[in-house]
Amino acid sequence: MLKTDTGRGRVSKHSEILSLGAILAILVLLFSLALPGKFLRPSNLQSMAFQLPELGVLAFAMMITMLTGGINLSIISSANLSGIIMAMILTGDLASSAGGAGLGWTIFLAVLAGLSISLIVGLVNGMIIAYIGVSPILATLGTMTLLEGISLVITRGYVISGLPRNLLVIGNGTFLGIPVPMFILIAVAVVVAIILNKTRLGLSTYMIGSNIKATNFSGISTNKVTILVYMISGFLAGIASLIMIARFNSAKAGYGSSYLLVTVLVSVLGGINPNGGFGKVSGVFLGLVLLQVISSGLNLLGISQFLTLALWGALLLGVEALRLAKRRGR
Amino acid sequence: MKRSTDSNSRLRKVFGKSEFYLLLVIIVVSLFFTILKPSFLAFTNLYGMVESNSFLAIMAAGVLVVLISGGIDISFTATATVAQYVMATIVIHCGGNMFLAFAIGALVGIALGLVNALLIYFLKTPPIIVTIATMNLFYGLLIFISGGTWIYGFPMWFMERNLVRFGDNPGITIPILVLVLSFILTWLILKYTALGRNIYAVGGNQEAARRVGISVLKTQLFVYCYMGFLAGIASTVQANMMLTVAPNALMGRELEVLAAVVLGGASLAGGTGSILGTVLGFGLIVIVQNGLTLLGISSYWHKVFIGAIIVVSVGITAYQRKVRERKGAIINVED
Amino acid sequence: MAEKLLEMKNISKRFGGVLALDSVDFEIEKGEVHCLVGENGSGKSTLIKIISGIHTPDPGGEIYVDGRKISHQKSSNSVREGIQVIYQDLSLFPNLTVAENIAISSRVEAGSRLMKWKETEEEALKTMGKIGVSLDPRREVSELSIAERQVVAICRAINAKARLVIMDEPTASLSKKEVKSLIRVINELQNREISTIFVSHKLDEIMEVAQRVTVLRDGKKVGAFDATELTRQRLSFLMTGKEFQYSKLTPYFGEEVVLEVRNLSRRNNYKEIDLKVHKGEIVSITGLMGSGRTEFVLSLFGMNPPDVGEIFVEGKRINPGSAMDAMRAGIAYVPEDRLQNGLVMEQPVSKNIVLTVLKRILSRIRLLSKVKERKEVRRWVDELSIKIPSADSPVNTLSGGNQQRVVIAKWLAINPKVLILDSPTVGIDVAAKDSIYKIIRELAAEGISIIMITDEAEEAIYHSNTTYIMSAGRIIGKYNSSELTERELYEKINGQ
Repeated sequence: MLKTDTGRGRVSKHSEILSLGAILAILVLLFSLALPGKFLRPSNLQSMAFQLPELGVLAFAMMITMLTGGINLSIISSANLSGIIMAMILTGDLASSAGGAGLGWTIFLAVLAGLSISLIVGLVNGMIIAYIGVSPILATLGTMTLLEGISLVITRGYVISGLPRNLLVIGNGTFLGIPVPMFILIAVAVVVAIILNKTRLGLSTYMIGSNIKATNFSGISTNKVTILVYMISGFLAGIASLIMIARFNSAKAGYGSSYLLVTVLVSVLGGINPNGGFGKVSGVFLGLVLLQVISSGLNLLGISQFLTLALWGALLLGVEALRLAKRRGR
Repeated sequence: MKRSTDSNSRLRKVFGKSEFYLLLVIIVVSLFFTILKPSFLAFTNLYGMVESNSFLAIMAAGVLVVLISGGIDISFTATATVAQYVMATIVIHCGGNMFLAFAIGALVGIALGLVNALLIYFLKTPPIIVTIATMNLFYGLLIFISGGTWIYGFPMWFMERNLVRFGDNPGITIPILVLVLSFILTWLILKYTALGRNIYAVGGNQEAARRVGISVLKTQLFVYCYMGFLAGIASTVQANMMLTVAPNALMGRELEVLAAVVLGGASLAGGTGSILGTVLGFGLIVIVQNGLTLLGISSYWHKVFIGAIIVVSVGITAYQRKVRERKGAIINVED
Repeated sequence: MAEKLLEMKNISKRFGGVLALDSVDFEIEKGEVHCLVGENGSGKSTLIKIISGIHTPDPGGEIYVDGRKISHQKSSNSVREGIQVIYQDLSLFPNLTVAENIAISSRVEAGSRLMKWKETEEEALKTMGKIGVSLDPRREVSELSIAERQVVAICRAINAKARLVIMDEPTASLSKKEVKSLIRVINELQNREISTIFVSHKLDEIMEVAQRVTVLRDGKKVGAFDATELTRQRLSFLMTGKEFQYSKLTPYFGEEVVLEVRNLSRRNNYKEIDLKVHKGEIVSITGLMGSGRTEFVLSLFGMNPPDVGEIFVEGKRINPGSAMDAMRAGIAYVPEDRLQNGLVMEQPVSKNIVLTVLKRILSRIRLLSKVKERKEVRRWVDELSIKIPSADSPVNTLSGGNQQRVVIAKWLAINPKVLILDSPTVGIDVAAKDSIYKIIRELAAEGISIIMITDEAEEAIYHSNTTYIMSAGRIIGKYNSSELTERELYEKINGQ
């Protein structure tokens, strides 16, 4: 008789998620007590829901590469370059001379271009890692530097702004009180979860992260999977950039460089094993919300963002210590 | 194995090392720049190149040692920021001398390095994750506590940079001296001390190192504290050069330093790397940047060039390794 | 009568509820070569760990070195007593030179602060001279062959003033010639009054090198024997308590040709290979290490495309350029080191089993169907009697035998016509070997053809219908297995 998870088994598998959820609940409680009436106010919740998605989509972009045992250091610079290209098209002659339906086409073209760029970057990353055999840290470090440089050359350090108003809705609009970017984030989370849990690509990703040789010997084309994973990562970075330029109505090189480390933090916090093979979308999502809650709460309390930064570092170390204790106790 | 083939194999060894090719590339690139802009080779230019990059170069030596041990540390710029701030505050308010300034910087660096070492050893978390966390922790705390204010007003004795002058030319300045000393010290440690050899052993095969009686804990403690030490020293050098402390100015170039060290032959997996390689790798990047500036190419292009160099060089190294591994079994098939 | 170097009396060791060793006695004389033999779980690794000081024996056990009683044996003490263990991975530093590797134990022990390069090199040369080997001390260990590395490991032990060297399965990856060199080195150790404990179960090697053999079974000592008293039958009986009698397989009078290979060549790998495998036939390919066998079968499996030649499966020409191509054609390959390369240890059993047949468990919308996955997993768990706590248990929580079955399950899942097994019984004990042979025969009886790469003459003769011999990339012989004797096969493989 083949047993599937017993009740206890299922709980222990999800215990990570549960403990994260518990921490989140406690923190929300603490913050609402410390900031009565302010923390749980709809406008605050909404503001959190506006800030979360761009980091969130980037975190998913980082997460999937970490599942394969790698890392993608180029997501921010790739997002920036996409944003710059999109912004250039949107503020260029094409956009200003067009109107109405023409504007719609321009926006479409810009988004297509932006997403294509980051998709291609992902392709290049994947090929360098799979075919040439460069380690992911170094490969994406190289592309990151290259992309930063290209962004700088194109913009000469200037900010491109003045995007069409129709586009700004993506970053600033709400639908039923919920910010549009949030919908995008949720959609992304759902799609990524489906890919990871329900497709051959997803299964292969996990297996490669744990043992690439054995997976290769089982008939899976590990090169193809690796390349696809980095392409998806790039694509997600492109989506994040769309949200970013819409929210800030501008694009420039070097934006959001501090986000890079935060995405790693979020992933590891959310249960992604940095050596690959394990981690779920739900964990990363919770980790995201956790970080956003802390960030907003501390912000409202008037605490400097730098202390928040320090706290994030301490939080990561604390979570790792807890994990170690749990492993020892078993 | 006949001993008479020693000289032959030694020659072959030289050609086989990546440092040799790096040197070749440096020579070619330097020639290229010199032809286009003879002032490249001017002493003042070369001197300026070395001095202005001394901050990062000193820390590169620390990164090398960490990489050889099989670890990684990207919190060193944060460590440097903290060390610099503490040193400046003390020196400006309490006075002192140059030695004290360096001592304070070194001590703060060692203390922060110790934090890294203990966390890495006891948490059993990959060093990249730990140092990402400590980077945020150190930097965030510093800015929070200090308010991020810049520090000016160094005492007179601190402003003196030159130790020895050769007429009108720049002589031996503190940055140069400290840089050279750091590199020599690192070289000596790595090559001629038991501790240094233990670092290579731990990086090459940690389990085996444990089995032959090497204390992995002690080795890791040294490695990360040494990194902190060099970061602290480097930050004092930087303060000496810039005469201001801007807390957000030192961060952001960690990955470039890492890339330079890897360019020079160190591997992220540990066990390999040399001071010579680091000098050459770092040197190549500095030369390219300097040359591009001299040629009037806008600084925006620098990153593109550096990025391309990184991609190409690690690509070549990785591909060579891949080919070597696949060749594995070459069977002499009878005809 | 030589002096006793080490004498152990009444050694027991309990781990939690398990009695790993039960009142075991063990002794070894100075300069003796003594083999320690036992299945997995017999307690031999625990005994080794007690000798080397990693574990302490339970109260009541006594250890004497040179007649002196030792208490509280710690690993640092045992090193001081001159006991050195050479683990199977050799514990070498690939990034350091030969000289550094040899001298490192004594350097660390001496506690010197500085590194003296010249002296290190001289020391290394002197040590190598003691056993009559000479390697370039300046070479990096990563460039050495496995046999050369083993020499370095032994030199390190000698350099560390070993009086007892313990070698754990040292001949596992060596060619016959290299084994001979190793045996010569062990003899040199003998001449220097250094004792050796040799953990192995290869009888021909044991007979050639050991004076005495201690057999452990289920934590108890079965006995200590003179090597000359043993035969393979007797040894396996002593180790397992069971008789394993094998009768040779009948030669295959084949009808249906399932796999045919014509004139297959690949530069620097193999040349002009012709091979025929019939339905339900078991074919073994033997030969020395490095004869090109794995390279050849990898070509059948699509991972090493040939330059010239043709491959036919059931009469149809195939050109596998990837593992997936080969699998589609019905060819399965179980790699050497099947647990490392054949399974993803940390992942669940279910994922491992379906990995090869993901297409089959897709639902109509081309997503993975949990229901289909469960069905497929249940089928194989039942058919192969795999004992697992749940389908989601990671493979590394299973016993060794069950892990083997998971490997087989994932390959049977593709309905293979040809199953290629690369050294399927390396490193597993006699009882488990027997169950593998049973499974192979059952599969063959069901019509699956088996190609088995093996290094053991006995395995080829008793467990295959047809034996091919490969040497230096070519096939130099094809025989009905039943017509061969071990001696004959051995001689042909070694080109005598």
